[in-house]
Amino acid sequence: MTTVTTTPTSGEAEAVIIRRAQPWWQLLWRDKFACVAAVWLTVLAFCLIIGPELLGDTATQLNLRARNAVPGLENGPMWILGGDPLGRSLLARLIVGARNTISVALTAVFIAMTVGGTLGMVAGYVGKWVSHVIMRLADVVQSFPSLLLAVIVLYMLEPRVGNLIIVLATTRTPIYLRVTRAEVLEIRERVFVDASRALGSGRFHILRNHIAPIVAPTLLTIMTVDFASVMLSESGLSFLGIGIQPPAITWGLMVAQGRNYLAQAWWLAFFPGLMIMFATLSANILSSWLRLATDPVQRWRLETHKKEEDDK
Amino acid sequence: MNPSTPSPAAAGKKPILQVRGLTKHFGASGGFGLTSRSKVIRAVDGVSFDLYPGETLGLVGESGCGKSTVARTLLRLEEPTAGQALFDGKDIFTMDGAEMRNLRRRMQVIFQDPYASLNPRMRVEDIISEPWVIHPDVVPIDQRPDRVRDLLESVGLRRDHAERYPHQFSGGQLQRIGIARAMTLNPQVMICDEPVSALDLSIQAQVINLLEEIQDRHQIAYIFIAHDLSVVRHMSDRVAVMYLGRVAELGTERQVYGSPRHPYTKALLSAEPTINFTNEMQSRRILLQGEVPSPANPPSGCRFRTRCWKAEERCKVDIPELVVQSDGDGHVAACHFPEPLSTGPAH
Repeated sequence: MTTVTTTPTSGEAEAVIIRRAQPWWQLLWRDKFACVAAVWLTVLAFCLIIGPELLGDTATQLNLRARNAVPGLENGPMWILGGDPLGRSLLARLIVGARNTISVALTAVFIAMTVGGTLGMVAGYVGKWVSHVIMRLADVVQSFPSLLLAVIVLYMLEPRVGNLIIVLATTRTPIYLRVTRAEVLEIRERVFVDASRALGSGRFHILRNHIAPIVAPTLLTIMTVDFASVMLSESGLSFLGIGIQPPAITWGLMVAQGRNYLAQAWWLAFFPGLMIMFATLSANILSSWLRLATDPVQRWRLETHKKEEDDK
Repeated sequence: MNPSTPSPAAAGKKPILQVRGLTKHFGASGGFGLTSRSKVIRAVDGVSFDLYPGETLGLVGESGCGKSTVARTLLRLEEPTAGQALFDGKDIFTMDGAEMRNLRRRMQVIFQDPYASLNPRMRVEDIISEPWVIHPDVVPIDQRPDRVRDLLESVGLRRDHAERYPHQFSGGQLQRIGIARAMTLNPQVMICDEPVSALDLSIQAQVINLLEEIQDRHQIAYIFIAHDLSVVRHMSDRVAVMYLGRVAELGTERQVYGSPRHPYTKALLSAEPTINFTNEMQSRRILLQGEVPSPANPPSGCRFRTRCWKAEERCKVDIPELVVQSDGDGHVAACHFPEPLSTGPAH
């Protein structure tokens, strides 16, 4: 699979081992965990896109015989994961809920990353003064408990999905901002940045070509971890009645509602919780694979994986 | 280079770079710290020299004497505290954006650490063509891949190395890539900031030969910074010896190495390890007393007086100035009691 060549180098008696670059799907196939994660995320994406159209009616259809039904096949295949207190299919509700849950969390995290990353790069690279202004603003956001901030803002504004996303994104932004700034402060002192400056490059060129590619994997990793906490924050707000409102379905909301029945029907909170966990875990595994695959120095870890298996 | 060739200055050329009174103090502008205001590190304090087209000026001195700061300031990676650097008659330190961009093409740099000076996430092809992304009019886009590979061959690498990443190379090869990148804009002046200090001895020789070969082919002037006396001696037409942020002595390679005028140079040269080690040599070794003073609190008058065996009252008061002579061939020392100029050939 891997071509290992020993090259006679220019007058220097050193052997360098070269592996041919492999397409990304081969690298993904080598890492079985990442592969499973990718499949699971694809399934979720599928639910997100066509779930509500496919199962919208089933998710709201009452079946009083299946109130708090135990997971199993007694009430038909749709009730395999049990039923909620109104006898609605838990499976259908999980699938339909994927759209709201993931789109809210993903959008919020993505906005937080973009805004935080950009501001962090500016704060780290441009000037002392600009940096101070940005960092003090971040301090202001961070000095409020994020839930309190969300409650106040959503109470004053309408509790709409758009506002919810803005609030969640705002409270997460300082984390990305601080991490980015810290990394930029380190990278900007590296010699290759000096070399680029000596070649006459401007700030924008350096930020885009030298700093952003190194900061991006870190931000991606934080993003996947943050994904879960944003989902939980959203469920917390929904629980307080200022997040997503009850006719709509989200996993967080389902966990919150299932809490009342924890003693009688644990599956009401358990399965939505499991969904949140698996979604986060998959995103996390896939992002760490992506981090390796995009790093030329680390990529061999993925490439040699198969070779070791062949050797066995 | 061959010491018998006359220095370029003798041929009546005009200097391409004239540095006058270059000064860089760190920590001068304060900050948020409580201590930073009072401590000023005088890294470089009034350095002057001329650089002529096509020559190599060696800049030698102990670590911490300000060699690299001179390089970084000339490249405007650090802003100078005072002084002038006339490149072809225009002061580098007062240039505006457009002039600076133009200067970047004419003055390039090779760094000490070849691993750190190349972005680990970029392929060699992207590293070498980066200068053309910044200065797009130099080479049209469709010719860049070919030019990159030509450059790789000209520094002794293979054309297919363009596809690789920096971690797949050895230190010597990486330094060759660094040299190729510096060559992309066809500079007239190259600042080599300890280009071989991080390399193995055998590879040092190859890289030095490559640098000399490039100089012969393109007539580039080098400012060659090193702490290795023998490397500087081999490379340089003229040598400037630095001590504690100032130039102690300036002259041709033969003058400085053959008959040093400044006491510091004498002491430095006597400490150079030699293969012809005899008792006579040992007895001539000058052992200096004490340590190099801190650049935060340099001695008054002559910087070297605290360790100098010739020091007198006058050295405490008067700062000995180094007067760069316009003919470029002068052998000058910043000392009140310099050794007499030698007239005959050295050795």
